[in-house]
Amino acid sequence: MNDSIKNEKPVISLKGVNKWYGDFQALKDINLEINPKEKIVICGPSGSGKSTLIRCLNRLEAHQEGQIHVTDVELHETMKDIDIIRQDIGMVFQSFNLFPHLTVLENCMAGPNWVRGIDQNEAKERAMALLKQVKIPEQADKYPEQLSGGQQQRVAIARSLCMEPKVMLFDEPTSALDPEMVSEVLETMIELAKSGMTMICVTHEMGFARQVADRIIFMDGGEIVEQNTPEEFFNNPQNERTKTFLNQILS
Amino acid sequence: MFVDTVVEDKALHKPAFLIGLSVTVLAFFFAFNFTNTIFGEFLSPVIGNPEESGLFGRLVVSFVLSVIFVLNLLAISLTRIKVQIFIVWIELFLLFLAFAYSFDLKLSFIQSRIGLMISKGLFTTIYISAVSIVIATAIAIVGAIAKLSNNGFAYAIASFYTSLFRGLPLLLQVYLIYKGLPQLGFMVDAIPSGIAALSLCYGAYMTEIFRAGIQSIPRGQWEASRALGFKSSLILRKIILPQSIPIIVPPTGNQFIAMLKDSSLVSVLGIWELMYLAKTLGQRDFRHMEMLLTAAMIYWGLTIILEMIQARIERKYQQKT
Repeated sequence: MNDSIKNEKPVISLKGVNKWYGDFQALKDINLEINPKEKIVICGPSGSGKSTLIRCLNRLEAHQEGQIHVTDVELHETMKDIDIIRQDIGMVFQSFNLFPHLTVLENCMAGPNWVRGIDQNEAKERAMALLKQVKIPEQADKYPEQLSGGQQQRVAIARSLCMEPKVMLFDEPTSALDPEMVSEVLETMIELAKSGMTMICVTHEMGFARQVADRIIFMDGGEIVEQNTPEEFFNNPQNERTKTFLNQILS
Repeated sequence: MFVDTVVEDKALHKPAFLIGLSVTVLAFFFAFNFTNTIFGEFLSPVIGNPEESGLFGRLVVSFVLSVIFVLNLLAISLTRIKVQIFIVWIELFLLFLAFAYSFDLKLSFIQSRIGLMISKGLFTTIYISAVSIVIATAIAIVGAIAKLSNNGFAYAIASFYTSLFRGLPLLLQVYLIYKGLPQLGFMVDAIPSGIAALSLCYGAYMTEIFRAGIQSIPRGQWEASRALGFKSSLILRKIILPQSIPIIVPPTGNQFIAMLKDSSLVSVLGIWELMYLAKTLGQRDFRHMEMLLTAAMIYWGLTIILEMIQARIERKYQQKT
């Protein structure tokens, strides 16, 4: 596909999205467009709806109102082939969610081999290449529980990348890690960003946001309160809630 | 239980416990009066004719027995735990043999019939149990998936099935299937209907085990699989079921062992399995105990083998994860 054509259309767009859990409104009138190769960081206090938002993008969660389009396909309850859409959207979870009964290599081969129809040898080659990229090829034959948290999360990233996704979603990828392991995961993510991947990251790592993000989105109470370039966002926050939040996490 | 690093004194080595135990044991032997047994004869140099020794003889016999008992315990307590377990097993087994021996068994009677017990009875029991186990497992997988699906029909059928077959005594199910089906126009032999009853009943129990096993896999596994674009059937087959097997194996092993023994209930249909032969072979000569005890030992041996297989499978799955 030609990049210039891709650039004209957003990969993901949300129009007037609302979501409720029972009576509680988790997302309020979300409008957002994400362009190819864009790096977005979503931050906000806990319970602000940022995880819910990112989980709506591959429909792990359902929204009740508004439209979400991913690569021109609308996500809705009765849609066909959600699995085809999901194959193009990688997701990395806070709790890694590696498959504990499969080795690291098998974790990475599963997707391409089972649903992309790629044969064992090629899937293995690709998996090894990506394990090298996240700098743990020597762990390929171990089981996930034998790895440290940081290593597990890097395997999870490699597993997603093996599907050659168009977009990567990161849902608080470093929140469950011991402090000394955060940087190794962030480094992997920074390298991925440099390679031109479209990324949407829910994270509190403001250093990462400053370095990588094209746009930072601040959410509170289920709304997008403010969005801006990192420079403007940190140096010149407009909204009171943004200022309070930044004070709390940067102090 | 997880052992502490600090060890408490052995109860047996505390005087208060030892005295309490001795008194209790003495009271037990005194109450059950062993004077007229082999022990009384042994002690006849001290107490004279056991039958005329009266209260004195009873006291001496129970005293000697309790001393032997407590000394035995103390001796065992000084050995290493593996030796302890071994000795206690042997002693309990000898007690069981003594119990069996007390019926004045005719070993030649057992010898003449054990061939049929094994060639016909044991074979039929294993055959019925094995087939039922395979069918019950298949039912359980389907039942568990149906109970967890959001298809109303599947859930309704599966939950009605488990409710009914867990709610009726197995013996009643055996009769209902054997006597009920012919009235609907299906002629079934005893063995197929016995297998049907066992499979349906244990399938219902195992449905619940499999359901719980599948449900115990964290939601994150489903989410990670979905995020990779896996369809539900693939997730179940490749991600969820393989992970739930180690959780399912121990309770399923118990079900297998229980089923092996419950297969004795189909003896009411006249199937020549172990229990039926045990009941009928001894009848004519009024040698019930011989055959019942033989069947008991065969059942026991079988379950021990199954337990060992179960332990081996559990070990295998523990190594892997």
